[in-house]
Amino acid sequence: MKLRYFAWVRERIGKPEEEIEPPAGIATVADLINWLSRRGEEYAHAFENPKVIRAAIDRAHVKADSAISGAREIAFFPPMTGG
Amino acid sequence: MTATIRLQREPFDAAAEAAELRRGRTDIGAVVTFTGVCRAQEDGAPLVAMTLEHYPGMAEAEVCRHVEAAEQRWPLLGITVIHRYGRLVPGEEIVLVVTAAAHRQDAFAAAEFLMDYLKTRAPFWKQVEYADRAQWVDAKSSDDALADRWKRPGGGREAAE
Repeated sequence: MKLRYFAWVRERIGKPEEEIEPPAGIATVADLINWLSRRGEEYAHAFENPKVIRAAIDRAHVKADSAISGAREIAFFPPMTGG
Repeated sequence: MTATIRLQREPFDAAAEAAELRRGRTDIGAVVTFTGVCRAQEDGAPLVAMTLEHYPGMAEAEVCRHVEAAEQRWPLLGITVIHRYGRLVPGEEIVLVVTAAAHRQDAFAAAEFLMDYLKTRAPFWKQVEYADRAQWVDAKSSDDALADRWKRPGGGREAAE
């Protein structure tokens, strides 16, 4: 699946997107954040406060307990500040 | 109903967009135009520029969802939403919402509803640039509260009427 990062999540991780294949047992958005945080310091920094991280699956907002199976694109970003 | 949604780097002409929305129509009795503008100061510090990052594809989809929600909620005759992205300097327009209805209450309420949701649900992020540093704008809990009021029964009425 493709992961996309925006705003300071993108800056902390150091790239706008990447292809990943999470291991079996990573079932929800929260699981994925937890798994990503252990991939390196940059990820740990980006996800240090998971409560503020927002997520979207295939371009629609989702909650942390949402299932990720079948997702083509998952995005992580801070709370939005448009308008 | 006529709905126009555009995300663009270029400036827009608010007056021309409002005129376009009601061109050739005589059923519209109220047009509300809201323009969000880049201020020259943020928390008292002079601002050099503001850069808006967005999530292409999702931003359009999210604006569409809220335009559809507004159409279902109020008897509207037209909506235009234009949101800019990229680097803007103070005085430049950021966002435009135009709502048209037969009566003003519906046009005012729908414009407020759309702005409250654009601020908290549309995937845009502002970064402000000062002379010596750049900083991501923090989301305000007051903006979340404004968006949440529309979920309550009779939502938003306390502000819109």
